[in-house]
Amino acid sequence: MSRWYYYKRKAVNGLVLSLSGVAAAVVLVPLLLIFFHTISHGIAIISVDFLTQMPKPVGESGGGMANAIVGTLILIGLGSVVGVPIGVLAGVYLAEFGENRFAHVVRFLTDVLSGVPSIVVGVVAYTIVVLPMKQFSALAGGFALGILMIPTITRTTEEMMRLVPHSFREAGLALGIPQWKTTLRIVLRTALKGIATGIVLSIARIAGETAPLLFTALGNRFWSTDILHPIASLTVFIYDYARAPFEEWNNQAWAAALVLISIITILSLLFRFFSRSRYEGQHS
Amino acid sequence: MIHTLAQPQLSVVNESANVQPQQNAAKMQVLHLSAYFGKTQALKDVSLDIMEREVLAIIGPSGCGKSTFLRSLNRMHEVAGGRISGRVLLDGEDIYQRDPVMVRRRVGMVFQKPNPFPTMSIFDNVAAGLRLGGMSNRSALTDVVEESLKRAALWEEVKNSLDKSGASLSGGQQQRLCIARALAIRPEVLLMDEPASALDPISTAKIEELIFELKRNFTIVIVTHNMQQAARVSDRTAFFYLGELIEIGSTETLFTKPHEKRTEDYITGRFG
Repeated sequence: MSRWYYYKRKAVNGLVLSLSGVAAAVVLVPLLLIFFHTISHGIAIISVDFLTQMPKPVGESGGGMANAIVGTLILIGLGSVVGVPIGVLAGVYLAEFGENRFAHVVRFLTDVLSGVPSIVVGVVAYTIVVLPMKQFSALAGGFALGILMIPTITRTTEEMMRLVPHSFREAGLALGIPQWKTTLRIVLRTALKGIATGIVLSIARIAGETAPLLFTALGNRFWSTDILHPIASLTVFIYDYARAPFEEWNNQAWAAALVLISIITILSLLFRFFSRSRYEGQHS
Repeated sequence: MIHTLAQPQLSVVNESANVQPQQNAAKMQVLHLSAYFGKTQALKDVSLDIMEREVLAIIGPSGCGKSTFLRSLNRMHEVAGGRISGRVLLDGEDIYQRDPVMVRRRVGMVFQKPNPFPTMSIFDNVAAGLRLGGMSNRSALTDVVEESLKRAALWEEVKNSLDKSGASLSGGQQQRLCIARALAIRPEVLLMDEPASALDPISTAKIEELIFELKRNFTIVIVTHNMQQAARVSDRTAFFYLGELIEIGSTETLFTKPHEKRTEDYITGRFG
């Protein structure tokens, strides 16, 4: 244990610590850049009008995108109606009964599905929803987004259910509680916070999807909440306005981006608030 | 006149009570029970009776099958993927011919490590078995929760904080909460799998006192590593070794005059 060895160890420790610290900081850079650009370009445009008015026809200035905000929320809702129940129940199955061949196949295909490009999912939704209905619609958009949500939710649900100690399942069963109630009311309830995080992550992902919506929800310059008709969304709005040859439209695209990021942030916070355990921080 | 006639009769009753204290009938009968995990046999042809309102202690070295034996008595062995052969009778009926959910409502269980449900309050933990079993009458639940917590000697400590998390209690309190939770479904038999091994001496003493109280109303089977504990709380003791029942008898006899050499070696600390 020479002095030299001691200093060498301190030096290596310091080096590794600072390298990982720098890496952690670098991770933040893109996020900060995005925030900075979006806010600096978009904040000036955001106003009550922008949030409550409809888009103005080409050539007129001003206007807003109330239809796109509502449309995005409707699309998220429709996607969740498809993705959350299927994802959560599939995750429950994999966690509780997932030691057979079928489950291994499902697990593998879920991973494959999470790697399928979203535009491909959009084309599929176009083929099986839009073509038979002969109509672009919010429903088709929600269907595509729901499919995109499933892998994330399934895998997080499975992981979170597996984290619940086996002793709680045994305690439930030993109380004469039927297996399905033990699974849903005790194990799922215990894993709920983690599952909610998975749902938020998947919502954050689909809220930013553009490609699958181009073939399905299409976009709409007018007010519509009819899920059987084309519907506006913030991402398609950004796509159209960012490549338009008018500076005002470009700025409105920045504002739309800012609104979209804000909606995702608010949804995440709300979810965390409602899914937190009643007893958090109460442990002795 | 009446006194002189009644006196001798009474003494006869007392004598027979001394020989078999409160043990009139077998509550459970285990007949040629073997238990397996896959191809490993954890329990070999065990037969014994569990008497009404006795405390039966199961002792033996680690891996001797005593936990497996206990978990075969309320069909929890099969939850871990095990299987059994032989028969286990509860009041004369084979529990392996009955619905496991109904069996477990009659044969309750307390585990080694306290495991209150973390998302539930103290009240909800105790009420869980009844509520998830379909009972929703709030005032009846309140009564059962109070009664169970009193029986588990926890009521005085938690009566003002029933809506706090069960996980906020100390380890010993958590284990008494789990006992209250098991008692709330009003089982006839209570299985305890080393209920005090994760607790400090003071909490252990409380659990032992509690077992002494509980045997007035329940039949108790307790697995323990601690031979002093077996000697303190039980009426009869069974010694298991390598999956076999070596010896069963009154606790006093087993610890002072064991019939089997292996029992003697174990209780004197020569192996185990």
